[in-house]
Amino acid sequence: MVDFLVKRAAISVVTLVVISMVVFTGVRMIPGDPARVMAGTDADAAGIEAIREKYGLGDPIPVQYLRWVGLAIRGDLGHSIRTRESVVHTVAIKLPITMELAFLSLLIAVGIAIPAGVLAAVRRNTVWDMLASGASLGGVSIPNFWLGIMLILFFSVQLGWLPASGFVPIWESPLDNLRRMIMPAFVLGTALAAVLMRQTRNSMIEVLSADYIRTAYSKGLAGRAVVFRHAIRNSLIPVVTILGLQMGALMSGAVVTEQIFVVPGFGRLIVEAVFTRDYPLVQGVVLITASSYVLINLMVDLSYSLLNPRIRIGGAARES
Amino acid sequence: MSPSTAAATTALPASATAAEPDRLVRVWRQARRRPASAVGAAIVLLFVAAEIAAPWIAGADPMQSDWKLIRKPPSAAHPFGTDDLGRDTFARVVWGSRISMQAGVFSILLAIAVGVPLGLVAGFYRGVLDQAIMRLTDAWLAFPFLILAIGLVTIMGPSLTNATIAIGLGATPTYIRLTRGLVLSTAAEDYVQGARALGAGDLRLMSRHVLPNIVSSLMVQATISIPIAIIAEAVLSFLGLGVQPPAPSWGTMLNAAQQFLDTAPWMAWWPGLAIFTLALSFNLAGDGLRDLLDPRDY
Repeated sequence: MVDFLVKRAAISVVTLVVISMVVFTGVRMIPGDPARVMAGTDADAAGIEAIREKYGLGDPIPVQYLRWVGLAIRGDLGHSIRTRESVVHTVAIKLPITMELAFLSLLIAVGIAIPAGVLAAVRRNTVWDMLASGASLGGVSIPNFWLGIMLILFFSVQLGWLPASGFVPIWESPLDNLRRMIMPAFVLGTALAAVLMRQTRNSMIEVLSADYIRTAYSKGLAGRAVVFRHAIRNSLIPVVTILGLQMGALMSGAVVTEQIFVVPGFGRLIVEAVFTRDYPLVQGVVLITASSYVLINLMVDLSYSLLNPRIRIGGAARES
Repeated sequence: MSPSTAAATTALPASATAAEPDRLVRVWRQARRRPASAVGAAIVLLFVAAEIAAPWIAGADPMQSDWKLIRKPPSAAHPFGTDDLGRDTFARVVWGSRISMQAGVFSILLAIAVGVPLGLVAGFYRGVLDQAIMRLTDAWLAFPFLILAIGLVTIMGPSLTNATIAIGLGATPTYIRLTRGLVLSTAAEDYVQGARALGAGDLRLMSRHVLPNIVSSLMVQATISIPIAIIAEAVLSFLGLGVQPPAPSWGTMLNAAQQFLDTAPWMAWWPGLAIFTLALSFNLAGDGLRDLLDPRDY
């Protein structure tokens, strides 16, 4: 068990190092002289030189990289060129908004996907199964930004029920906050629901054909009890893994959704940073996104091995 | 590119000896057993046809603006209405299929061209090389698809080609992982071991014994990734990072439509419906292909 934990954690550390190198090199490949951009358009040669000196941009690349990583580990990702705010501070303001959005969409996705997936598996090859599978296929095929536009068209423009855009912090007015978040959360949740539903159905079908389910039936348990007490719990384990892997898709979705509904979150921050060529911000935001993906999946894998001891043994067996 | 699409949707992995009519009969039987997949494949082919025949069926010039025709609702002359510059929306949707198809198919071809060799080498040689490739892949996967694509387009500059490259590179790690996994299980098979015992070299083993046996799984994955790539292109163009106006792309059309939702909602209907239909058809066809090539029952 300890071996597995150490190995899994070591792989994550290696991945994080590679990520930091990729981000660092990537930002340096963006055309343009960062010193010139930081100095602003009206700076003279001396001003640019001063910036280059101040940020050590003339140093060899490996030295610059190590300095950047050293600061990043201590929680200093530099300052935004545009707002002069620290990157960490900017992210700390924007991230909770996106986390609320992600949480709501997760609620919607799980609320739709798990009952639908279980129903489709239990009533396999019936109308219910076809409906659920069809809806899932539609969910992965619909472009989420178009779905967002259509929802605005229907609920905001036609019916006037919901505001099309804007953001109200939850502590100012929870109701207004929810009225503005419900459409983006639904849009973001749809694609996730489609993927989760498919996974729930598949793993539920697998579990339902397992021996212990047959045993449960043969000792006279009612179908409902078998499904609820024995099958669902076990079939949800792979679903949790998929959920971790879907975090990246959720992030991509947030970029687009926040753009459409004008939600001032992390996703919109990324697009703004890219369009304004705010390199330190781009660098910091991308590093945070990729690192959190690695950490979330590390946690998912570890909790997975706690839930299911066979994984640990399997992992140990593979090593030998 | 259209032949490859057609092949992906209708043909079986060609065994050169199979008689042609036999194959057609088998395809027809499959099509009858899975009508939804057959319809999906047919619609994909319809889009391919529309793409090739765009100059003849569009009816109007997709770039021609007319100040007298600004934001006119659908009519007999302009079945999908006109946009904010008085251009015919139907013509733009038809021409837009070219951009979407190209971006969708070429980006996945790129992902296959980069990902499959890497996965093949990692799975075949194992060891240090495998570790290096897989750690790189892990890192690669940690960047959300769209954020990676946005980053790459920022570095390379916005255009259709660069968006296609960015989407392709975003999809690559999936192919590395998939290929590696398939190679690991295939390379352990008796026939590969047998060929090795007979003195076959690595290159021959990989190209003649391993690759042909994993092609069908790769094709199934391609039918899953092409619709994702088509949507990704639309998203990049929508954000202004892909095809640049005035070129008719479904994503840029939706971007323009967003400002006129209350006065010209039809501008938003058609391009989105086109993306949805094409992506759904690919997915339906892909489902059928998966059953055809990989008969595990799910």
